[in-house]
Amino acid sequence: MKEIRAIQPQLHPTLADSKLQFAVYTATGRLVDKRKSTVAADVLPEYQELRQQANDLKRHAIEHLDYYLEEFERNLEARGGKVIWCRDGKDVVDFVLSLAKRRQSKVIVKSKSMTTEEIHLNHHLEEHGLEPVETDLGEYILQLKHDTPYHIVAPALHMTRYQVADLFEEKLQVPREEVPEKQTQIARTILREKFLEADIGISGANFLLADSGSVVLVENEGNARLSTTAPKVHIAIAGVEKVIPRAQDLATFLKLLGRSATGQPLTVYTSILSGPRRGTEIDGPEEFYVIILDNGRTKVLRDADKRQALYCIRCGACLNICPVYRKIGGHNYPWVYSGPIGAILTPQMEGLDKNPWLPHASSLCGACGEVCPVKIEIPRLLLELRSDIEKDKAARGEDKLEKLGFQGWAKVMTNPWLYETAGAAASWTMLDSGDGGWVRHLPWFMNVGPAKGWSSERDVPEPAAKSFRQLWRERRKAKAKQ
Amino acid sequence: MPKRVSIFVTCLIDQLFPKVGLAMADVLERLGYEIDFREAQTCCGQPAFNSGFRDEARSVAAHFLSVFEDAEYVVMPSGSCASMCSHHFAELCREDAAMLDKTHAMTPRVWEFSRFLTDVAKVEDVGAVWNGKATYHDSCHALRELRIKDGPRRLLRNVRGLELVEMDKAEECCGFGGTFSVKFAELSGAMVRTKIASIERTGADAVVSIDSSCLMQIEGAIRRDGLPIRVLHLAEVLASTGDPR
Repeated sequence: MKEIRAIQPQLHPTLADSKLQFAVYTATGRLVDKRKSTVAADVLPEYQELRQQANDLKRHAIEHLDYYLEEFERNLEARGGKVIWCRDGKDVVDFVLSLAKRRQSKVIVKSKSMTTEEIHLNHHLEEHGLEPVETDLGEYILQLKHDTPYHIVAPALHMTRYQVADLFEEKLQVPREEVPEKQTQIARTILREKFLEADIGISGANFLLADSGSVVLVENEGNARLSTTAPKVHIAIAGVEKVIPRAQDLATFLKLLGRSATGQPLTVYTSILSGPRRGTEIDGPEEFYVIILDNGRTKVLRDADKRQALYCIRCGACLNICPVYRKIGGHNYPWVYSGPIGAILTPQMEGLDKNPWLPHASSLCGACGEVCPVKIEIPRLLLELRSDIEKDKAARGEDKLEKLGFQGWAKVMTNPWLYETAGAAASWTMLDSGDGGWVRHLPWFMNVGPAKGWSSERDVPEPAAKSFRQLWRERRKAKAKQ
Repeated sequence: MPKRVSIFVTCLIDQLFPKVGLAMADVLERLGYEIDFREAQTCCGQPAFNSGFRDEARSVAAHFLSVFEDAEYVVMPSGSCASMCSHHFAELCREDAAMLDKTHAMTPRVWEFSRFLTDVAKVEDVGAVWNGKATYHDSCHALRELRIKDGPRRLLRNVRGLELVEMDKAEECCGFGGTFSVKFAELSGAMVRTKIASIERTGADAVVSIDSSCLMQIEGAIRRDGLPIRVLHLAEVLASTGDPR
C-alpha cells in the first residue's frame, strides 16, 4: 500500500494534462481500431487458430530454449556469422566498444530496438566518444529530445507534430515545418549521410530462426534494412527468448505481428538476414554478429507458469487497448516495457520488491489478454504476481496493515452472524438516510483510507437501512401471513 | 423447468443495494421459480483474491462452497462474482484436492442472472415495461470471462417502452476494479469519466449493467458530476412494470 500511495503524485501530472490525455487516447484508439479491422472474422477467419498456433510455438521454443539457441548458433556460424552471448548490458557495451575500437568506427547507425533501450546502449556508447544515431523516425525524434520511448511500437506516440516542428527547428536549425511528410524528409536527408558514414549498424531482432540461423526484422521505414546492409558490420541484439524453431513458423507470426501492432496485414519491409556477405554477393555486411542477451530473462524462465511472459513478440496491442496505459501513458512505468506486458515482465525481471505497485495498477478488465497475439494470460499473471508480491512482503514483515485488514475481513465473511452484525452496525453508525442515498462529503473522521480514496472522485453510497437479508425475512413473513 | 433456485445476492448488494436483490427475486418468482435464500451466505472472496491475499480469499471461497454445496442452481446478479466462482476458485484451491473437487462440482451450477434467464429459463421477454432510452455497459468479467454480450441486450430489447442504444465504448472498463478504485483513485476516476462521456453521447436516460460494482462506480461519478442519467441494474429494469419512477 505504501508504494501504491507513493506513486500517486507521480501519476497526477499525466492525468491532469488534458492535451497529453487526448494525444495518447486518440493515437492508441487509432491503433485499436486498425487492429480490430485486420483480425475481424470476415478478413482473417483463422485468427483464433493462429493465436493458438503462435502460443504453442512459443511455448515449445521457450521450453526448449537451450536446444534452439544452440541450433541457431551452429547454423549462423556455418554461414559465417558469430553469436556473442551476453549476460547483461555491460557485456554488450564491452563487445561493441572493442569492435568499434578494432575497426576505428565512430558513427553507428541504429534501427529501433527495445532491447538496446533496456541496457541504455546509446548512453554508454556516447560516453566512450562514439556517435550512435537512431534511424527510426520516432526514435530519432526521441534521441534529439533526449527522451525515452513512450510505447513499444510507436516510441514518440506522446508527441504532436507541432512539438516535432519545435524540436527540429531548435535542434536541426531548419525552417519550421509542421507537415509530418515534410518533417520525415528533413530527417531522411540527415540520416542518409549517417548511413553512408557509419561503419557499424546495430539492429534488434524480431525473430531468430533456429533452423536457418537467420535474423528476422520487420519494419515500415526501410531504415532497418539500410542499417543492416549499408555499414560494413551488422550487430543484431536479441533477447534469448526471440528464437523460434523454423523459418516456416514465420508464416504464423508474421500474420499476427503486423496486424496486432499497427493493423497492417504485413509490415512494409520484412528482412531475413542470414550471415555476412558471401563470395560473389554484391551486398551485405562484411561482419555479422548476433548478440544473444539474458539481462534477467533466465530469472523469468525459472517460473514454469509465469515464464509465458517471455512469449511476447512486442506488438504493443496490450498497451493500446489498456484503459490504464491510455490514461497514465508510457513514462509512468518504471522500465522500458510499459503497459500490461510491462506490468508482468518488469517485476519478474527486476525483482518483486522493486515497484510492487505495478501489478496492482490494473482494473483487471482483461482486455490485454484478449488481444495478445500469442495468448499470454496477462490478467491471470497479474493476479499471480499480486499474490507473490503480498507473500514476499509478508515474509519481509512489510505492509502488515492490509494483511491484517483482510484477515479480519475473512473472519467476518466466514461467520454469518458476525457478518450481519457488522453490516447492521455499519448502517446504524454510518450516514444512514435510507436506501438509495448518496453522500458527497464524508465527515472528517470517516474520510480516511479507502473511503477517502473513493470519495475523492465519486459520491459515496450509503449502507442500506435494511440489508437484503432483513428485507427478505420481512417479505417472507408478510407472505406467510397472506 | 426447475422450480427451485438458490440465489446468491453478493455482499455488495446485500449491504448497499438490496433493491437489486429484491428485483432479481421478483423476476425469478414471476417466472415461476421458488427462491431459496440461504442466510449463511456472505461473499465470494474476490476482494481478497484480487488484492493478492489468497489464504483469506480461500477461506471465504470455502465458506461459499459449503453454503451452496447441495444447491442445484446458484443464481447471482453479478458477472464478476459468478466469474470468481466459476473461473477463479479453481486457481485459488489448486493445491487443495478436496476443495478443488467441490469447486469443479460447483462450477456448472453457478449462473449469472441474465444468463440464467436466457440459457436455463429460456426467456428473453420477461414481460417488463420501462419507458425510456437505455444503454448497456458490458462489465469486463461478464464480457471477457463469461462471454456474456448479447443476452442482456436481447432481454432489454424485449422490455416494452425501452429503446436500447449502443454507446461507442460499451466494452471499455469503467475503472472500478475492486480495491483498485481506491488504491488508484484518481486513475480510476479518470477511467470512469471516459465511460460516462461515452454514455452521455448516446443521449440515454439510463445506463444498465449486470454488475452492481461497475454501477456503483458509474453512479458515484455521475452523481458527483451532477448528470441527469439514471443507473440501473438489469434486474431492476426487468422487474419494472412500467411506473415511471
